[in-house]
Amino acid sequence: MKFLYYPGCTLKNKAKDLDIYARESALKLGFELIEVDEFQCCGGVFTTANDEIATKLASVRALKAAKAAGVPLVTVCSACHNVIKQTNYAMKNDAEFADKVNRYINDGDDYHGEAEVYHYLEVLRDIIGFDKIKEKCNGALKGKKIGAYYGCLLLRPSSVMGFDDPENPRIIEDMIKAAGAAPVIYGERNECCGGYAALEEPALVKKRCGIIDESAKAAGAEALVTACPLCRYNLVKNGANVPVLYFTELLHKALSEEI
Amino acid sequence: MQQRIGVFVCHCGTNIAATVDVSAVAAALGREPGVVFARDYQYMCSQAGQDMIKDAIKEYKLTGIVVCSCSPRMHEATFRKTAAAAGINPYMVEIANIREQCSWIHKDKDEGTEKAIILGRAAIAKVCLNVPLTAGEIPVTKRALVIGGGIAGIQTALDIADAGFEVDIVEKKPTIGGKMAQLDKTFPTLDCAACILTPKMVDAGQNEKIHIYSYSEVVSVGGFVGNFTVQIKKKARYVDETKCTGCGLCTEKCPVKNVPNEFNLGMDTRHAVYIPFAQAVPKVATIDPNYCLMLKNGKCGLCSKLCGAGAINYKQEDEIIENKYGAIVAATGYNPISMDKFDEFAYSQSKDVITSLEFERLMNAAGPTGGVLLRPSDNEHPKTIVFVQCVGSRCSADAGKGKEYCSKICCMYTAKHAMLTREKYPDTDVYVFYIDVRTPGKNFDEFYRRAAEQYGVHYIKGMVGKVSPEGKKLKVRGSDLIADKQLHIDADLVVLAAAIEPDKTARPLATMLTASMDTNDFFTEAHPKLRPVESPTAGVFLSGCCQGPKDIPETVAQAGAAASKVIGLLCHDKLTANPCVAHSDEWMCNGCSSCENVCPYHAITYVEKEFRMPDRTTKIRRVASVNPAVCQGCGACTVACPSGAMDLFGFSGKQISAEVDAICR
Repeated sequence: MKFLYYPGCTLKNKAKDLDIYARESALKLGFELIEVDEFQCCGGVFTTANDEIATKLASVRALKAAKAAGVPLVTVCSACHNVIKQTNYAMKNDAEFADKVNRYINDGDDYHGEAEVYHYLEVLRDIIGFDKIKEKCNGALKGKKIGAYYGCLLLRPSSVMGFDDPENPRIIEDMIKAAGAAPVIYGERNECCGGYAALEEPALVKKRCGIIDESAKAAGAEALVTACPLCRYNLVKNGANVPVLYFTELLHKALSEEI
Repeated sequence: MQQRIGVFVCHCGTNIAATVDVSAVAAALGREPGVVFARDYQYMCSQAGQDMIKDAIKEYKLTGIVVCSCSPRMHEATFRKTAAAAGINPYMVEIANIREQCSWIHKDKDEGTEKAIILGRAAIAKVCLNVPLTAGEIPVTKRALVIGGGIAGIQTALDIADAGFEVDIVEKKPTIGGKMAQLDKTFPTLDCAACILTPKMVDAGQNEKIHIYSYSEVVSVGGFVGNFTVQIKKKARYVDETKCTGCGLCTEKCPVKNVPNEFNLGMDTRHAVYIPFAQAVPKVATIDPNYCLMLKNGKCGLCSKLCGAGAINYKQEDEIIENKYGAIVAATGYNPISMDKFDEFAYSQSKDVITSLEFERLMNAAGPTGGVLLRPSDNEHPKTIVFVQCVGSRCSADAGKGKEYCSKICCMYTAKHAMLTREKYPDTDVYVFYIDVRTPGKNFDEFYRRAAEQYGVHYIKGMVGKVSPEGKKLKVRGSDLIADKQLHIDADLVVLAAAIEPDKTARPLATMLTASMDTNDFFTEAHPKLRPVESPTAGVFLSGCCQGPKDIPETVAQAGAAASKVIGLLCHDKLTANPCVAHSDEWMCNGCSSCENVCPYHAITYVEKEFRMPDRTTKIRRVASVNPAVCQGCGACTVACPSGAMDLFGFSGKQISAEVDAICR
């Protein structure tokens, strides 16, 4: 099984673990991730200004590559996923926007949202299946209490992302369960860490991260897993008591041969 | 005979005159062939307007008239009466709708005027081909059917019975009583719901004129106003209603006792054989086939052994009963919407997040806690309670969840809950989050202010964004829009005022009744202001929340109004039939049955008839025959007929063609 893979820039430096373990776990689970040739930065934020296209062109190029290859596009970083998924939605449903983009790119192959976009977790859930993953896991995580930290970008806007119930998601918990650990449900798991406000208003982000950390700790989480490099950065930077890992690290640990 | 047509163009104040040049319309239509008189007037429906029509009919010897005015649904009957009073056949009147279909939807006066002239022209073309019709009479079955046995249905039935007519109630649950039976107290006077409802239930149960079909459903409706034929399915309750004394012995001894009790919204359990509540009417046990051991695997039979009356019958089967009715009242009620899509309030994540109806049961002396307010998770007394109003009400259309309308009753019952909580448990902190507090009813605003001012309920303008269970507490985050602050409240119990929606049975019922519904599945009234309790389908009336959200006082008022309309109908021995019915040209009919197959009223039958052929032989042919008393004039058969034999009085193929020609001229 082959997918076109869009790692994004952060996964090439700050968040290498998210990338490396994603690729290795994929091999162990029997699917191949082929990196998009010369991918460009997604921009990190899906701008709500709908009168400009520049920040969305990189996403469209990656989507066009997937269309040309005839395979779905897989992302793993929450921010990239959010931007690319929303861009794809706009290309499919906003004729005026799509027209502008297609005129600009002007390569004779107009794009109208034909490619499918999966987050890595969606591949695990919808294509591989958590039952199958469970069979391949080694039991090294037995009894470990792990909290899922969703943040906002994977879940919202839910009508576009179609990822999971934005108010009561379960996909990461299901992955934790499949990996053999015990998921911990805590109140703040789908709340915002503060995101890019870290630049302008670090105190606000510190407060948000403190609330998330405390909530997870109070619920008994020994570690948190996330799919977002920025969430992890904010949580760690603001002194989280609970270690924060990428979900791919956890998955990789569960799939490794040595215990 | 050459027709002499009069045209009357109404201004409808400025309703028409503002966007249509009415005198130009009258002048243009006055030049049409056959028209001998054309005039515009400010209010054609007024006495003076009608007199003008009558005088013109007499003076100009008019044979037909065209009134260019509002929708025929408004005033066709008025102008037919006017015509009849002046001595011409009432079916020689045509209405050109230049208000709803013209002036109201156009802004440009030239366009509006042009269209009004075209519509008038079409009506003139049609009326020239009208023939005088005489309406027949149809008998009325003097018995009414009320579908739904909540307070709306009970009150309607009682009022109809009071006037001396037979009335049947069909209720899908084992007892009548509906939602009101589940309530604790009622606003704004705080009388106990059971105390004021159960006497009415008993009255309904004992009234000689009222027959209650409980645990039953309507499965088909045929016929028409005055002559409905309804099939009712009496579901097998496995207990002989005529023998059961309601002693309740079986319900105590039944070994299956883990069935979620729907009367208490699943907050406690009942046995497989049960009587929903102590004051049930009829007070008869029902066996739940999904849980009864005897019905499931043939082992047990304890209730049958215990029952002194010998009422248990495991072999009972569903029974179909067919009755005739003159009128039908829909009173199918409402339900709170599912909280599935509102998990920001953590309804599925914590037992201590409940709906307002569940709160009613928790406060009710006959509820799962005996009326002591205890939180469902640990049976402890909640010290901080947060009420959230408008959960699923007043949602924007593109939210993809909830309802756009206001559920109307939540502001008042939440004030009631808050007040009762503070009254019973003064040590409790009570918060109410609201978007607006809407209390337009007699003594309603006083009631709400009492809750806020005298009972110390904290009313906060703003919405709750998130409820998250943290340990034993529920963390509630919301905004206080007046203080412009984000609030964090650690609550013990959160109560959601869930929006209400029509019962799921309403949609299929509407299809059976050919009654119209709005996009929210509320029944549509014949006129939103002037005919609020009648459905556009003749003989079908509306009572209670099936027509729109309403509280008990309003429901009872509407129930009485629906009853009076039913009584008005049943008082007639005969009704005037609609003469615009189908008829078949037997010589053209080829006997194909197409019309019979499409007729929704089963008004067409086929007969073998002897015909004298042109060559003087006789031949037996199979031809369609329309029963004019049953035909509703829908016209489906005229379209289906391949040979053109089927035609409709008042709407003949020729008349329609003439209208189209006049429009396209």
